[in-house]
Amino acid sequence: MAAERARAETDAHTGLPWPRTWRGVYCFVLGCFATSVLLLTALTLLFA
Amino acid sequence: MSSLDYFVLIGTIVGIALYGMWRTRGARDLSTYLKGDQTAKWGTIGLSVMATQASAITFLSTPGQGYDSGLGFVQNYFGMPFALILIAAVFLPIYRRLNVYTAYEFLGRRFDGKTRMLGAALFLLQRGLAAGITIYAPAIILSTVLGWRLDLTIVLSGLVVIAYTVSGGTKAVSITQKHQMAVIFGGMVAAFVVLLMRMPSDLGLADTFTVAGALGKMQAVDFSMDPDRRYTVWTGLFGGVFLSLSYFGTDQSQVQRYISGASLRESRLGLMFNAVFKIPMQFFILLLGALVFVFYQFEKPPVFFNAPAWEAHVQGEAGPSLRALEEQFGAVHSEKQSRIRDWLDARRAGNAAAEAAARDAMLAAHERSEALRADTKKALVAADPTLTPKDSDYVFITFVLKYLPHGAIGLLIAVIIAAALSSIASELNALATTTTVDFYKHLRGDAPVDDAHELRLSRWFTAGWGVIAIAFALFANLVENLIEAINMLGSIFYGVVLGIFLVAFFLRRVGGTAVFWGAITAQILVLACFFTLSIGYLWYNLIGCAACVALSLGLQPFVTEK
Repeated sequence: MAAERARAETDAHTGLPWPRTWRGVYCFVLGCFATSVLLLTALTLLFA
Repeated sequence: MSSLDYFVLIGTIVGIALYGMWRTRGARDLSTYLKGDQTAKWGTIGLSVMATQASAITFLSTPGQGYDSGLGFVQNYFGMPFALILIAAVFLPIYRRLNVYTAYEFLGRRFDGKTRMLGAALFLLQRGLAAGITIYAPAIILSTVLGWRLDLTIVLSGLVVIAYTVSGGTKAVSITQKHQMAVIFGGMVAAFVVLLMRMPSDLGLADTFTVAGALGKMQAVDFSMDPDRRYTVWTGLFGGVFLSLSYFGTDQSQVQRYISGASLRESRLGLMFNAVFKIPMQFFILLLGALVFVFYQFEKPPVFFNAPAWEAHVQGEAGPSLRALEEQFGAVHSEKQSRIRDWLDARRAGNAAAEAAARDAMLAAHERSEALRADTKKALVAADPTLTPKDSDYVFITFVLKYLPHGAIGLLIAVIIAAALSSIASELNALATTTTVDFYKHLRGDAPVDDAHELRLSRWFTAGWGVIAIAFALFANLVENLIEAINMLGSIFYGVVLGIFLVAFFLRRVGGTAVFWGAITAQILVLACFFTLSIGYLWYNLIGCAACVALSLGLQPFVTEK
């Protein structure tokens, strides 16, 4: 039980200096996606 | 290719095969062979997931796609970050908690044996066929480089893959993929640098993009709602999210990569690595293709990129007419080159009227040159009806062979083949795992277990799937662009498989019998749509998934679960 609890606690944190929560990691990923789409749209508007 | 290129090529291929065999020499039990020893860190998992998806096809076919159709294919990956987040948050914790070998084992625990076997069978069918296309890709290179017959090349390279895969296990796949991805990134950057160095000296990066844009290669996003368009933001987001969810969440060749992580955290971070870097990576490879296109506006390209096919027919009866077409193409290409320069000069001078006129002249010359390429393809098909006219898969390799320095050519081809071998190994490994765990072990039930016998058997299953993949590869030249063919094939089956998993995860009141018959009916519906409608293929992911979920819900009140 103790090992299970320890593993659950380890899994709950990302182990990264930032973002520390998984929700933060998912928001960061979505932010990167939005930036990619904006840059691709700008590239299309500029050159296509 | 020089002797230095052959030395590098053979040394790398044999070296990687021996390395894989040496590192897996300790795999003496079934669990280690199929699942690895579950010590992988997020970097290894992230690169392994990326390498499984990005095989030789990524290097060969995606630049060809960029050359032919521009950057629009990148939208295909827009659904991926959303899908990977859902998998990391919902699918992955369940797979790890149940400690499963395959994703379909979960279906058996949630529903029943028949639903588990249906999910596994749909995976075996589509992945077995896709493995054939994965073998076909490096065979194109060998046939182009060495002038071998394509069918003979497929059989020989397939046999090498089988020998390597049968001796290797899951752990070897992950370890070698990490190194291969590093070399692949290096190869891509090298090709990019050589391309930029070989562009005309008066052509800056902005001019290069401008030329590519004017000739229709820079439309990365398309917000059109037309369902007949193959790649739009909407097909990418809605169809792509279902394709990615299904591929990464339910395809054993991917699930096997990330369940081998040391912990849930490592597996999650490995998936998030892909969610961030996959779109930029695909964009970069497509851009490489678009830049090769611009390069060939200032350097005369072959009228047909499949050099062995061209050489074979130009020596035959159709030779005179093909030579005439080639000459016309050369003349039109020279004219187009002048028109492009006129247009760039008019732009630089800021003369709007001259620019518009030069642009029209440039586009007219481009249309004539494309028409001549089309006529050449028609002439080739008339001479040989079995010939595949689509030559975009040969574009990048033609550039590599002609313009990269010796040594680098051999290394780049070795990288492509090594990546292909590893990707096929990963697929065959997953096919064998599913056959062993979800069919053989499942059907044997509680019979006494002989681990050594099951390990031997799973090696035989690996070899058997390799033979099936070779057989399919022999017919792969009938399909369109390779990367599209794989996605098209996946889209036909993935939606329904995903539907089964979504019901399993989110609709607790639906049982095995309802989802089993719902899935079979949905798959028939998708096949009927595929053969009768002309909509973009990514929509089949959505249709298959929605039909499976809706039919399962609709059937549930009328079936009795045992």
